[in-house]
Amino acid sequence: MVDIAAQTAIDPAPPGGAVAVRLRGVTKCYRQGVRALGPLDLDVAAGEFVALLGPSGCGKSTALRLIAGLAKPSSGTVELNAHPAARRGEHAIGFVFQEPTLMPWASVRGNVALPLRLAKAPRAEIAARVDDALTRVGLRDAAEALPRELSGGMKMRVSLARALVTDPDILLMDEPFAALDEITRFRLNNDLLTLWRELRKTVIFVTHSVFESVYLSQRVIVMTPKPGRIAAEFHVASDEPRDEAFRTSVGYAAQCREVSAALARASSTEAA
Amino acid sequence: MSVARDPQTEARAAAATRLLRIALPVAVLVAVVVVWHFVVKLNDIPPYLLPGPGVVLRTLIADWPVLGASLVTTLWTTLQGFLAAAAGGIALAILFNQSRYLEYSLLPYAIILQVTPVIAIAPLLLIYLPQDTAVIACAFIVAFFPVLANTTLGLNSVDRNLAGLFQLYGASRAQTLLRLKLPAALPYMLGGLRIAGGLSLIGAVVAEIAAGSAGAGSGLAYRIAESSYRLNIPRMFAALLLLSLAGIVIYGLLALVSHLALRRWHESALGKDT
Ligand SMILES: Nc1ncnc2c1ncn2[C@@H]1O[C@H](COP(=O)(O)OP(=O)(O)O)[C@@H](O)[C@H]1O
Ligand SMILES: [Mg+2]
Repeated sequence: MVDIAAQTAIDPAPPGGAVAVRLRGVTKCYRQGVRALGPLDLDVAAGEFVALLGPSGCGKSTALRLIAGLAKPSSGTVELNAHPAARRGEHAIGFVFQEPTLMPWASVRGNVALPLRLAKAPRAEIAARVDDALTRVGLRDAAEALPRELSGGMKMRVSLARALVTDPDILLMDEPFAALDEITRFRLNNDLLTLWRELRKTVIFVTHSVFESVYLSQRVIVMTPKPGRIAAEFHVASDEPRDEAFRTSVGYAAQCREVSAALARASSTEAA
Repeated sequence: MSVARDPQTEARAAAATRLLRIALPVAVLVAVVVVWHFVVKLNDIPPYLLPGPGVVLRTLIADWPVLGASLVTTLWTTLQGFLAAAAGGIALAILFNQSRYLEYSLLPYAIILQVTPVIAIAPLLLIYLPQDTAVIACAFIVAFFPVLANTTLGLNSVDRNLAGLFQLYGASRAQTLLRLKLPAALPYMLGGLRIAGGLSLIGAVVAEIAAGSAGAGSGLAYRIAESSYRLNIPRMFAALLLLSLAGIVIYGLLALVSHLALRRWHESALGKDT
């Protein structure tokens, strides 16, 4: 059932279709020249759901910020749809942070509308697309609420709706459900999978949970401790669509065990 | 208090606390006035040394035509100084936020202006400026700095990820300022304005006193200086009372504005249990 667990540095050309995100020799050094990330080589195919799994502090957030163009790599290149990522704006990207990162003074509608307002989209279009995004995440009825009136899970849904409202090709998610209780997290996991099946966006999902990475993604990329590099990759085999039955299946448990072992190996070789 | 209490008891306790917070200061006030009255009466202290509360109140009523007009004058000066300080402080904070070089160039002088006692600057201002302008300038100098400092702090305390989001969606400088930085800074800005309200009254009073009896002014502080010169102690007290009341009203109004502006979303304006 489990496919490969190769120590490959570069993933062979993604199966079928274009490359949405391509990293080559990407490193990031913060002040005092300490390397926080890389070198990293990574290809993500259009429409693929990839999980980046690694211990905290290994540079997962840094990697996402580099892909989003929010920071510049110290060396190497980041390409989106075969164009340098520096030319942002041409490639719509959706970003979901670990915290909901909402504007507390604006309503749910105002928060979700933000990307379109910044792009000066026509009013009617904004209204229609915001309604659409809110319906997708199941928040149609909470449109006028303020963030403080929402639960943690609902805030995360607002954040997801905001990331979807521009209809981006690429969705970057930085441990979005890490702070939620398990019941809410499982429900959001399922809702995210449903969205991904419908919309077929390229998703790069950062997490430090082995179980979440295997449950959600088609491919798990295991990273080493700081500075984060790729230690191993796993293609997750499963019948689609996945649902709660997958979560309790023998195959799921086996793949989780394998990924866990790889994560432990990556950490221990580092410590040795 | 480890036993869980029913909501009704809870509500009654809250109401009692609220009542105490009003009743206790009022009781202190009444006590002070009563003690003041009897100290003056029992010791037969003449009004030109220490007028009793009754005399002060009667003076306030009798001299109302003079004192009322002075109150209006001082309040008008304070208002102008406050508005200048608010506009100046907020505008400077925005400029500093947009240009680091401007901040480096001007911030030291803003600080110097702030740390130099205004009572020492006032006489100079009175020489170089017409008196009403000088008084407003004093109120401005004392009051603008808290607005500047607080607004600057607010503009710089924007959530890093929210700022990243604006960058991701290609927001212009103006959009980031209007849609992100200014709303995020609003609670800080209002805190600065609350301090500035009281300070601009102090600035106005300091300038009126510095202008003294030589000045052509007619504000409350001028009345105090004038009454002191004429040993009209009851009127000094009456004017002082009005100044205090003005200060309290200004503070209360600004606190109210701040509450109304923030009550929908900011922690500081939300109830303790929401
Ligand atoms: N702005 C920054 N300045 C300096 N060091 C940073 C900064 N951001 C992250 N780091 C460092 O880079 C490393 C990776 O951080 P991060 O990407 O946030 O890790 P992760 O998301 O995997 O927990 C950490 O050791 C962190 O201390
Ligand atoms: Mg992180």
